[in-house]
Amino acid sequence: MFSYEKEKLSEDIVSIVNKYGKNRTSLLPILQSVQEKHHFISETAIQEIADLLGIHPVEVYGVATFYSFLNPDQKAVFKIRLCQTISCEMQGKEKIKNVLENELGIKFGETTKDNRFSLEFVNCLGMCDQGPALLVNQKVYTKVTPEKVKEIIDECKSQFSSHFLSKEE
Amino acid sequence: MPIVEYKNGMFSDIKPEEGLKKALSLSRGEVISIITDSGLKGRGGAGFPCGTKWNLAASASDEEKYIICNADEGEPGTFKDRVLLKEYPNLLFEGLTIGGYAIGAKKGILYLRGEYTYLLKGLLQVLEERRKNNLLGEKILGKDGFNFEIEIRMGSGAYICGEETALIESLEGQRGEPRNRPPFPVNTGFMGHPTSVNNCETLVLSARILAKGADYFKSFGTPKSTGTKLLSVSGDCKKPGVYELPFGVTIKELLKIVDGEDAKAVQIGGASGFCIPKKDFSRKIAYEDVSTGGSVIVFGEKRDMLDVAINFAEFFVEESCGQCTPCRFGTVEILKGLKNLKKGDLSLSMLKELLSLGKTMQLASKCGLGQSAPNAFISIVENFPDEVLGREEV
Ligand SMILES: Cc1cc2nc3c(=O)[nH]c(=O)nc-3n(C[C@H](O)[C@H](O)[C@H](O)COP(=O)(O)O)c2cc1C
Ligand code: SF4
Ligand code: FES
Repeated sequence: MFSYEKEKLSEDIVSIVNKYGKNRTSLLPILQSVQEKHHFISETAIQEIADLLGIHPVEVYGVATFYSFLNPDQKAVFKIRLCQTISCEMQGKEKIKNVLENELGIKFGETTKDNRFSLEFVNCLGMCDQGPALLVNQKVYTKVTPEKVKEIIDECKSQFSSHFLSKEE
Repeated sequence: MPIVEYKNGMFSDIKPEEGLKKALSLSRGEVISIITDSGLKGRGGAGFPCGTKWNLAASASDEEKYIICNADEGEPGTFKDRVLLKEYPNLLFEGLTIGGYAIGAKKGILYLRGEYTYLLKGLLQVLEERRKNNLLGEKILGKDGFNFEIEIRMGSGAYICGEETALIESLEGQRGEPRNRPPFPVNTGFMGHPTSVNNCETLVLSARILAKGADYFKSFGTPKSTGTKLLSVSGDCKKPGVYELPFGVTIKELLKIVDGEDAKAVQIGGASGFCIPKKDFSRKIAYEDVSTGGSVIVFGEKRDMLDVAINFAEFFVEESCGQCTPCRFGTVEILKGLKNLKKGDLSLSMLKELLSLGKTMQLASKCGLGQSAPNAFISIVENFPDEVLGREEV
């Protein structure tokens, strides 16, 4: 990690910890915030959080790995999570899986080389009456069709380029 | 049996804040007696009487108490809490505030599943409006001594955190691993303080009961299962969605309402629930018959019930917290067995052993997840022997 990136991360973590409070009960909101901002929770982040809360990094790591939405090692900017549970399966989740894999050129469980996209299965998203359902980060998509998959991915790509451009400025 | 329909949509039988105003005109004890009298039982699955729970939390001696709204809705096939959170957030917060008043809590926490993060912004806005309207904060609606705040905390994609003690662990910044019970949260809950954990629907109904009275509530349902139930219906039917129906409705009646009369089976209660075959469609949805937190999944003639059982088994392998052996080991063995069954590669004696392993899990697992993980497997094998046994070897 470049040192200016590391500094930026430290700064962010300090302000996040200050926002939620330096106590153990704030650990989940802190991890969720770091994840949202940096797309994953790095070893450095774990160490910094542990130091600020005065607990062992293993404790932080143990919590971060318990929850499937917190990712110590999965860096994709857009995490696509397709529901694999029964009602979505009955509504054609398998087809959506294939289209996603073909569009992105990766399999489920993988991340694209540029760290833009990852594909994962998740369990019931509470959209069973409108399946197949998937999440892109926090946003939910329902009644997903093969055509819609293409639109979803294009939407992400355009977001990514605008995000990237604004950073460059 | 008719659908419970109100002229202007769901919950239009009650006026905004009618329940809260009524509650604040009564003593805490009176509020709890009304809830007890209504027979309201927990809508999150376990069906514990709400009045009893509130009474235990209210009588625990501690200055600091909490009430938690469980919005971790993760049972496969359940989405009625999503509808409450999205369409009736004021009613939900009203119920949570009534509960806070009843047990003497100054703080309420909404534990919202990570999958529903997209609802957070709207919910925070509603809370802000409630603060402005003196429905939260100090001296709520002018009631001296009643100060109450609500905080929203997010889950992060773990089904087990819907179990109330795992939920509390998660709030305390720990891995979401269930605790031994007793002690129960009503005595030793969040940060060691008395805590009532209630499902979203239970809280919403408490507002209705205060507004309209226990007798009105009891005029729906059966004597042992009073009131109505929100059912989340999905699968092979033409009209999936959330329905409010009185307890005691039969599966057959329900299937007619949702246009799913060609069903050969219905899974009631999600992955943790039971598979009910056609011959039993006259059974009733009620705590005393087929009990459910609200999930109803309809299976048409063409569905392979073994695939259904495998899908549920995979769910439990992934969601088991791994803390105790019967569940950690049992969920994996059941999945293996089902896959072998599908390949036509499981002897009947092995199957018998698996069924008995299932019974052991029901008895020996530490929490409800492991205790109910074998239900779907056992009920599918028992009800569809011709379909699941003797597959061609592949
Ligand atoms: C594995 C597991 C998952 C659960 N998930 C939920 C849930 O998502 N929502 C819920 O209200 N209760 C859930 N429960 C039940 C809770 O432990 C608890 O009984 C309930 O929140 C109490 O509220 P109630 O009495 O209003 O139903 C779950 C239980 C188990 C064992
Ligand atoms: S039964 Fe399963 S989920 Fe519950 S404590 Fe044991 S391992 Fe964890
Ligand atoms: S089964 Fe996919 S959202 Fe519920």
